[in-house]
Amino acid sequence: MNLILFSAIWGVGMMLGGLFIKNRSAAKNMALLGALLLTSGNLLELNGFAVFKSDFNGMLDYNRFGLLYLTVLSVALIFYFLLSGKEIEAVGKHPFEYFALLFFVMSGVGLVALFNNLLVLFLGIEIISIPLYILTGSDKRNLKSNEAALKYFLMGAFSTGIFLLGIAFLYGGSGSFRLQDLMLQQGDQYIVLLLIGVVLLLISLSFKVSAAPFHFWTPDVYDGAPTVFTSFMATIVKAAFFIGFLKVFSGAFSGLSENWRPSFTIIIVLTLLIGNITAVYQQSVKRMLAYSSIAQAGFMLFSVYASNDLAEQSLLLYAAAYCLSTIGLFAVLIKMNDYTFEGFNGLAKKEPLLAFVASVCVFSLAGIPLTAGFFAKFYVLSAAMKSGANLWLVIFAVIMAAVSVYYYFRIIAAMYFKEGGEQVLVTTPVYKWALMLVVVLILLLGVIPESALLNWLVLY
Amino acid sequence: MPINYYIILAVSLFSIGVAGVLTRRNAIIIFMCVELMLNAVNLLLVAFSKMHYTAAAIQNPASAVGTDGQLFVFFIMVVAAAEVSVGLAIIVMMYRNIHSVDVNFLNRLKH
Repeated sequence: MNLILFSAIWGVGMMLGGLFIKNRSAAKNMALLGALLLTSGNLLELNGFAVFKSDFNGMLDYNRFGLLYLTVLSVALIFYFLLSGKEIEAVGKHPFEYFALLFFVMSGVGLVALFNNLLVLFLGIEIISIPLYILTGSDKRNLKSNEAALKYFLMGAFSTGIFLLGIAFLYGGSGSFRLQDLMLQQGDQYIVLLLIGVVLLLISLSFKVSAAPFHFWTPDVYDGAPTVFTSFMATIVKAAFFIGFLKVFSGAFSGLSENWRPSFTIIIVLTLLIGNITAVYQQSVKRMLAYSSIAQAGFMLFSVYASNDLAEQSLLLYAAAYCLSTIGLFAVLIKMNDYTFEGFNGLAKKEPLLAFVASVCVFSLAGIPLTAGFFAKFYVLSAAMKSGANLWLVIFAVIMAAVSVYYYFRIIAAMYFKEGGEQVLVTTPVYKWALMLVVVLILLLGVIPESALLNWLVLY
Repeated sequence: MPINYYIILAVSLFSIGVAGVLTRRNAIIIFMCVELMLNAVNLLLVAFSKMHYTAAAIQNPASAVGTDGQLFVFFIMVVAAAEVSVGLAIIVMMYRNIHSVDVNFLNRLKH
């Protein structure tokens, strides 16, 4: 509750700040302060101290997993502000408003992570989506940004419609929106209504997390949106949708898993295949990262597929690894003028630190051992194995991870083995220190994932 | 009246909305079709709410079963209104730049 409350209040505060504070660069510092406040408030709640204790008649559920997940996301938010705060200010004329919208998104993220009732899930998803439509279109004179915003808006509203129809059918079948009452069993009276609801929810949530074959909007939207906001959409928001996905399917539909697992398998296979194979053919790193985010979503879908005790741990670790590495890589990309692979040529000579950080992030995304991505992939796949997944599905995922090495390592090849590139990157000491910290965290999670993160799930 | 009629009505309204979103090319009309989808869901929720109430009222006429379905409808209305304001702003922004609301213009990102 702390995070939901603080982020909503801080968002309003930032909006008012835009009215009264004329100094533009104050926005970034104020936002950073807010992100620190969110993180510390959330850590306090994790240790049992909440400013406002109410679960709204069972609508919210303050479980340890949700709170820890929120901690990971708010730490990612701190890094996001540290690394890209300057670029957020540079997007347009109203820096305070962009930060305010980002804080409103965070409050929606809090709702999605802690919901116990489909009404709250719906509100959370909408509170995340509506500010994002605005942020996507925030570069108002740029036709690409306009187009991305309209596309994102139409697809988002369409999938919300499907989502709501699914909820309506579930309500018809069970008479309740609470997750516990939706614990479905084979042979319920209204099993047909319930199954229709499950299928519709599966489709709409796949839209939201951009899983194939409902991914077609993702590359266009990620490519057209201002790069700083792409970084936010691809990491924190995507991870937030995944915890909602997992909680619905493990919390309510695990009793019907033999009904939805076959279609889920198809979605996973398609997502991994389309995401990885299409990414190989991209010339722009930004667009490649959009496809790579589809491919990574394929791996995160494994933990939803598993829906067992390992699923929570694996999703937590994957979200942490994926958010940190992608934010790090985007932070380097944002400094570039040229978003193609050629733009990275010769970066290692000019900016050895940036090249090193980008390499570590790329290693982590590809799942090379000693980085966080390796254990993240290992945990999601072992969760899937534990739930009795077909061995071929897991082998297929590993092969696809090997394919991903090709397009990720093109960045490293460009940075270290190619000459050229005259562009000058403007960096600050804070930016460099934050990048170093990202690397340290990625390596820490890659060497001791248990004591760095996962043990917190059970520790009291 | 049996619940089947309501389900058929709501699902056909919803399907008209989906068909409109998939076939029409005018952004405003697509937008209206999305609203039609949301309102079909509202109708369905209210019908189910009444159904659950009728089933529970046999034992206890003062039962509160089914109120949550109607409450949900209010939330959908509020969210739909918020979506309308943002969506129309986006469409107006696009109109200012290209003087058209035809979604066929939306192909710059493909290449």
